[in-house]
Amino acid sequence: MEAVIFFLAAIGAIGGAIGVVAMQNPFYSVLALVAHLFSLAALFLLLTSAFVAAAQVVVYAGAVMVLYVFVVAYVGGGGEPVADPIHGQRFLGILVASILFVELSAAILSSALLALGTHGPDVPAGFGDPAAIGRLLLEKFLLPFEASSILLLIAAVGAIVLAQRKRESEPQEGVSGPA
Amino acid sequence: MNIEWYIVLSALLFAIGAVGILVRRSPMVILLCLELMLNAGNLALVAFSREVGNQQGQVFALVVMVIAACEVVVGLGLIVAIFRRKLPLNVDDLRELRG
Repeated sequence: MEAVIFFLAAIGAIGGAIGVVAMQNPFYSVLALVAHLFSLAALFLLLTSAFVAAAQVVVYAGAVMVLYVFVVAYVGGGGEPVADPIHGQRFLGILVASILFVELSAAILSSALLALGTHGPDVPAGFGDPAAIGRLLLEKFLLPFEASSILLLIAAVGAIVLAQRKRESEPQEGVSGPA
Repeated sequence: MNIEWYIVLSALLFAIGAVGILVRRSPMVILLCLELMLNAGNLALVAFSREVGNQQGQVFALVVMVIAACEVVVGLGLIVAIFRRKLPLNVDDLRELRG
């Protein structure tokens, strides 16, 4: 049963990823990424990490993708030239990425990590559930948790400064002024 | 399922994201492909955390999600700024910073 779910979710994840790369319209790329993220959430559940799976669905597939859809609707899709600037760029890109995949797989499968060939140790009930992760975040990893909240605040302010409407007095060519 | 299946799947997803970044020209799709690569890294982190039976890898994956959200917000802000200035949304035409 677990193998069936794994392969279904893996096919969904790979299909979604290929869809993101192959779709010409960015809107369909975003939808393919949503499918990919849901499949990944299923894989996270198989790995007994319930909280990460929930965060994946709520934060990624919910919030971040809605932001993408808004920007795609504002900017408009398409307009990407079909011709390659470098001759054979498409073929070369796929070739380089295939080499990367083969090398990564060889490095993993030939590594000395003996537990890779197993299912992992038996974990107690509650492994990876919100209570356990929350305890880790607020006790052992309190400093990284607070630092990431400050980083999110900086990113939000930066996005507002970047995307603000230019004031009338500014010259057309100038960089965007302070908020 | 053995853990190595998850790790190989994560390597494959990472490679697909790399194809997208090498091949596509629209900055929006390149951001989406960056998401693919970050998520592949997340899958590897969670798989390794299951392998050693330790939840700290999952906390690491959550922090990676925060970083990805920041990257998306700043990247989309840049795209909106490029669009407002009526510049082409094509990374081959936006080459002013190239040395």
